[in-house]
Amino acid sequence: MKLRTLTLGLLSASALAFAAHAESITIATVNNGDMVRMQKLTDDFTKANPDIQLNWVTLEENVLRERVTTDIATKGGQYDVLTIGTYEVPIWAKQSWLLPLEKLGDDYDVKDIIPAIAGGLSVDGKLYAAPFYGESSFVMYRKDLMEKAGLKMPDAPTWDFIKEAADKMTDRANGVNGICLRGKAGWGENMAFLTAMSNSFGARWFDENWKPQFEQPEWKNTLQFYVDLMKADGPEGASSNGFNENLALFQQGKCGMWIDATVAASFVSDPKASQVADKVGYALAPDKGLGKRGNWLWAWSLAIPAGTKKADAAEKFVSWATSKHYLDLVASKEGWANVPPGTRTSLYNNPEYQKAAPFAKMTLDSINAADPTHPTVKPVPYVGVQFVAIPEFQGLGTTVGQLFSAALAGQSSVDDALKQAQDAATAAMTEGGYLK
Amino acid sequence: MARAVTTQHKTIATVAAWVVALLIFFPILYTIITSFKSEQEAIQGFALIPSGTTESYSEVQAQSGYFKFFLNSVILSVGSTVLALIVAVPAAWSMAFSPTKRTKDILMWMLSTKMMPAVAVLFPIYLIFRDTGLLDSRIGLTVMLMLINLPIVVWMLYTYFREIPGEILEAARMDGASLWNEIIYVLTPMAVPGIASTMLLNIILAWNEAFWTIRLTTTEAAPLTAFISSFSSPQGLFWAKLSAASTLAIAPILIMGWFSQKQLVRGLTFGAVK
Repeated sequence: MKLRTLTLGLLSASALAFAAHAESITIATVNNGDMVRMQKLTDDFTKANPDIQLNWVTLEENVLRERVTTDIATKGGQYDVLTIGTYEVPIWAKQSWLLPLEKLGDDYDVKDIIPAIAGGLSVDGKLYAAPFYGESSFVMYRKDLMEKAGLKMPDAPTWDFIKEAADKMTDRANGVNGICLRGKAGWGENMAFLTAMSNSFGARWFDENWKPQFEQPEWKNTLQFYVDLMKADGPEGASSNGFNENLALFQQGKCGMWIDATVAASFVSDPKASQVADKVGYALAPDKGLGKRGNWLWAWSLAIPAGTKKADAAEKFVSWATSKHYLDLVASKEGWANVPPGTRTSLYNNPEYQKAAPFAKMTLDSINAADPTHPTVKPVPYVGVQFVAIPEFQGLGTTVGQLFSAALAGQSSVDDALKQAQDAATAAMTEGGYLK
Repeated sequence: MARAVTTQHKTIATVAAWVVALLIFFPILYTIITSFKSEQEAIQGFALIPSGTTESYSEVQAQSGYFKFFLNSVILSVGSTVLALIVAVPAAWSMAFSPTKRTKDILMWMLSTKMMPAVAVLFPIYLIFRDTGLLDSRIGLTVMLMLINLPIVVWMLYTYFREIPGEILEAARMDGASLWNEIIYVLTPMAVPGIASTMLLNIILAWNEAFWTIRLTTTEAAPLTAFISSFSSPQGLFWAKLSAASTLAIAPILIMGWFSQKQLVRGLTFGAVK
């Protein structure tokens, strides 16, 4: 009798414990301003869904990528919602690592997602991740310095104009560099910028048969232009500058121009952090007259791993975090300027947002100017503007990034860097079975 | 005859010791300095005088619950150390007092496990943890940390035990002490400094372990290493916040190390200085 009571008691206790934890979902994310803000606003979600508890795991970007890959590959089931980028989504979806998002709700309005962004997150017409915030890249420039140089920035400048403006704006005596660009090695660092830039110069990573193209004149033109420009008008030690380093330089008034993520606009125009907040103008990324601009496309997105046991609760959360309602919620609590940008067309039609974010139109135009399915002038066998959506790209992109960073630092010549890049890419492609 | 040590030599040695100590401590000091800077200041360049703002600390505090991570760090480091001692004291005892032909080989083999890069066994370990339901559990991670540090613990204890004359243990046996009594009442009291310093060192190693503690945890068992890692931002300045998080994470172990430094040094040099 005692044993029976004990067993029953234990069973009901464990059932209760199970019920209490049944709907607790774990969300893996990075420490970006928009993500941190979302964590503060989740009361709105848990009030509407009292049976779902949210656990957050915030990790450094590369650690997150590694942790999530390990967990998905082993079906560890540690995460129910993942924060991943445009690079991973097509690769992981093809591996059946992600669940398609098909139950986002009737009022979600999938068609409102900016088409270029949705295209990058879909495979065979199915959406595998919902964009939380999207970005392209564009030119941010100092209106005062441009005027002083006697120039006027067109809405859609060419690389030759950028070079001319950078030369004229550079004033080393006063600590002003004509242009600040990424130089730090990494597939998501300097190679994001250089790959996008190379698209506008007519270059491509691979031809239709996956043969690396670094020995072609287009790449030589790209890299030579970049190294010369940075040597003449870039900041000291540019080969170790990434997004954050250039952001700090620009905010301190040490850059005439900076070509980087559109998300940076909200940082450089924030009077609390930026000394040049009221002097910043925006323009589309430059081109070379070949029909492609040097801007990229990226979206931090929320996806659901195939190993989760709480897919319904997870999808409810994804739907909430990427909905129109969430944008309104952020606007009501923190103002329109702090709304996560680059995901929904309706946001850019909103007059209040346009007023609060002077860079809104240029951001949307930049995003629309990027085409991940046709990123280059010549045809390519891959998807991705500033990356090549194949698993080998992370390693190869970083290797090539190191070679190009060394060329910028003057440790090797442009020709040597390109030759070594060609060798590294050929080896990686042969090993990966792309080249026979 | 002892060699005379001149004042000049002493001064040089003292200065050299200070220089080396400062060099080793400098990165930690600079982290603490940076934590009292604003984000703009932190990225501006090298500066030893911070503006003294504590905004990073309040932001770190507001963003994530430090105490939960801290508690996990304490449980994992102390738990794994106690567990390691329970296994290592008998192991080191047997190797020190009744060595066989293969004892040296076994010791070398144990140490060789430390030479393999941890990432090489990430997948097998992850799968074992997944199948036994130990992912994100304190128990699993405590055992893992114990296993990682076990070779060092055994080695340290072995070296200390070897310094204890075997005759004392023989005398105890002559007096009728059982094996258990011999270890508890004769060996352990004599090896206390050694055991204490092994314990302290092991706590520090377990506290600082970042590879497995980040990769085998998500929310429940995540210690301070995961707390620090969460403050690195791909877009947005974070150096000051990261420094504040690091300072908060190392403060307990730094304070513990400071108060137990005599014990630590005595233990580490035990046997070397007669």
